[in-house]
Amino acid sequence: MPSPILVVAEEREGKLNKVSFELLGAARRLAEGSSGGVMAALLGSGLEALAPALGHYGASRVYLVDSPALAQYSPEAYAQALVGLVQKIKPEVIFLSATSRGRDLAPRLGAKLGVVVASDCTDFTLQDSGRLLITRPIFAGKALAQVRLKGTPQIATLRPNIFPPLSPETSRTAAIEKITVEGATARAVTKEVKKAAAGKKDVAEAEIIVSGGRGMKGPENYHLLEELAEALGGAVGASRAAVDAGWRPHSDQVGQTGKTVTPKLYVACGISGAIQHLAGMKTAKYIVAINKDPEAPIFKIADYGIVGDLFEIVPLITAEAKKLKSYQ
Amino acid sequence: MNIVVCIKQVPDTASVIKVKDGQIDYEGLTWVVNPYDEYALEEALRIKEKQGSGKVTLLSLGPERVKEALKTGLAMGADEAVHLKDPAFEGLDSFTTAKVLAAALKKTPFDLIWCGWKGVDADQGVVGISLAELLDLPHVSFVTKVEIAPDGKSATLEKEIEGGHEVVETNLPALFTAQKGLNEPRYPTLKGIMAVKSKIIQEWSAVDLGVSTAELEPLAEVVGASLPPARKVGRMLSGTPQEMAAELVRLLHEEANVI
Ligand SMILES: Cc1cc2nc3c(=O)[nH]c(=O)nc-3n(C[C@H](O)[C@H](O)[C@H](O)COP(=O)(O)OP(=O)(O)OC[C@H]3O[C@@H](n4cnc5c(N)ncnc54)[C@H](O)[C@@H]3O)c2cc1C
Ligand SMILES: Nc1ncnc2c1ncn2[C@@H]1O[C@H](COP(=O)(O)O)[C@@H](O)[C@H]1O
Repeated sequence: MPSPILVVAEEREGKLNKVSFELLGAARRLAEGSSGGVMAALLGSGLEALAPALGHYGASRVYLVDSPALAQYSPEAYAQALVGLVQKIKPEVIFLSATSRGRDLAPRLGAKLGVVVASDCTDFTLQDSGRLLITRPIFAGKALAQVRLKGTPQIATLRPNIFPPLSPETSRTAAIEKITVEGATARAVTKEVKKAAAGKKDVAEAEIIVSGGRGMKGPENYHLLEELAEALGGAVGASRAAVDAGWRPHSDQVGQTGKTVTPKLYVACGISGAIQHLAGMKTAKYIVAINKDPEAPIFKIADYGIVGDLFEIVPLITAEAKKLKSYQ
Repeated sequence: MNIVVCIKQVPDTASVIKVKDGQIDYEGLTWVVNPYDEYALEEALRIKEKQGSGKVTLLSLGPERVKEALKTGLAMGADEAVHLKDPAFEGLDSFTTAKVLAAALKKTPFDLIWCGWKGVDADQGVVGISLAELLDLPHVSFVTKVEIAPDGKSATLEKEIEGGHEVVETNLPALFTAQKGLNEPRYPTLKGIMAVKSKIIQEWSAVDLGVSTAELEPLAEVVGASLPPARKVGRMLSGTPQEMAAELVRLLHEEANVI
């Protein structure tokens, strides 16, 4: 691939998020054995100190688009700034993350450039034509589609937790180039960020998820799952039944009208395994199901199944997990 | 206030998806209004009710079956519906779909546009935001709460982000995309269903919209579809609860290597 690959890095609260490094890993894989470099765009205000890390993770050049006008994320202003950069470096491929921000920004950028975006991609290969053959889950993962984009640049958002980042090398450094943007205007303006409880992990970003459904009986019992999640270093998720009952916020919902997740471990407690739920979590590396009904469909996709009362079993697992951690 | 809601017809979420000859087999599927578009429509109806006046217009692009989705929306309480229908619209990619919707919106007065954040078919989440760009409107996506100013000129919204919410302000006209949690959509009442008969569904073709064949040139190609590999048959643990808990943690640590 002779033209560069552009990665749009993502900063949150003064830090680069992990998926930025995953994007670079994916871009490096694509750039292998070709002359086009891997470029990273870092947009925001006062982010200079973050730029070198992008080099350690594989960017050969970092475009630092630093401006007070970009201090708050805005799809309009960010897309406008990126269009300027795209016109300058003419990338063949642009990768953004399939996070709330990437999925907000990519279609706006694509529309400005007159191309369609492939969302939430989980794999790609480079074809002789220089085109990517992209794999993306559809129907929340019930099927996979292979798509080829026709315009240039080819823009894709990549699902977090799928593409391995390179291990960082401080000897790998990027040229850092500052870019100024003009007239980056935003009509929809973020006024405030309301964080969920401090330290709460988002299910979409977690490597381990402990999820509870209607079998949890009520919101007061979720502390059992929170304790297990804490012992394993994970986040707590929920089925739609638990969300619709008002026990858990919608942001915790896993499934076709919730989040599609690919953690390395998913523990389903008191969840029957409806098709819409399975669609959202079936691609987890390992699935554990705890359910008192041996016929529950969730067992069909579980790697390890336990038939029993979750109120008895979950605390025992938590205790065992804590024991294991204390030896490590 | 004139509100336009873009609705997509999608296979029911309970559908088992099948693949035939390397492409999705749509034969025999039940079609419904995209769930996120129901939230969008519900919110549009609530805004109209609160403002005390205005009109909610539905817009849907697709083949003849899409009329059913429009009728469902009309039965919920929308005032008018426009069906964008043309053989040339078949199998359009998300951006080209947005271009056609944009052409239709140039013929439709609006103060506010609602979309779902994504269609639960291809899970793209591209049409709404592209449409905002094509119409040069600000957009707010993943909306879970909205407050329209009494004068109808601006709005304060909450949108879902990882680990929290953002509060966003914008002037109208604007385009919003609905996230679950925004509201609980109403069911069509019998009266609503009866009223559909008296409502007209307009049909606009590519020619009506002044969209040329060149503009409908596909920008993406679905090369193929497949089913994800079946999961390996798992293992049911046995023993006392204590034994199963200990065995599970051992397996996760030693065999799966995930904890
Ligand atoms: C348009 C649409 C979209 C949807 N999207 C989603 C989605 O995104 N995500 C989603 O999850 N669902 C979704 N659903 C809902 C889905 O169809 C199911 O209704 C839902 O997943 C059921 O949740 P559940 O498994 O928690 O509850 P149930 O099906 O009621 O299962 C509860 C389970 O708990 C077990 N149990 C009870 N007590 C105990 C105990 N003490 N110990 C152990 N086990 C116990 C029971 O045996 C049972 O299997 C959607 C539905 C529709 C129509
Ligand atoms: N064919 C269509 N007709 C009307 N609205 C659509 C159509 N396709 C997509 N939309 C709107 O755009 C949103 C996002 O769809 P998508 O980009 O296909 O995931 C949907 O929730 C609808 O509001």
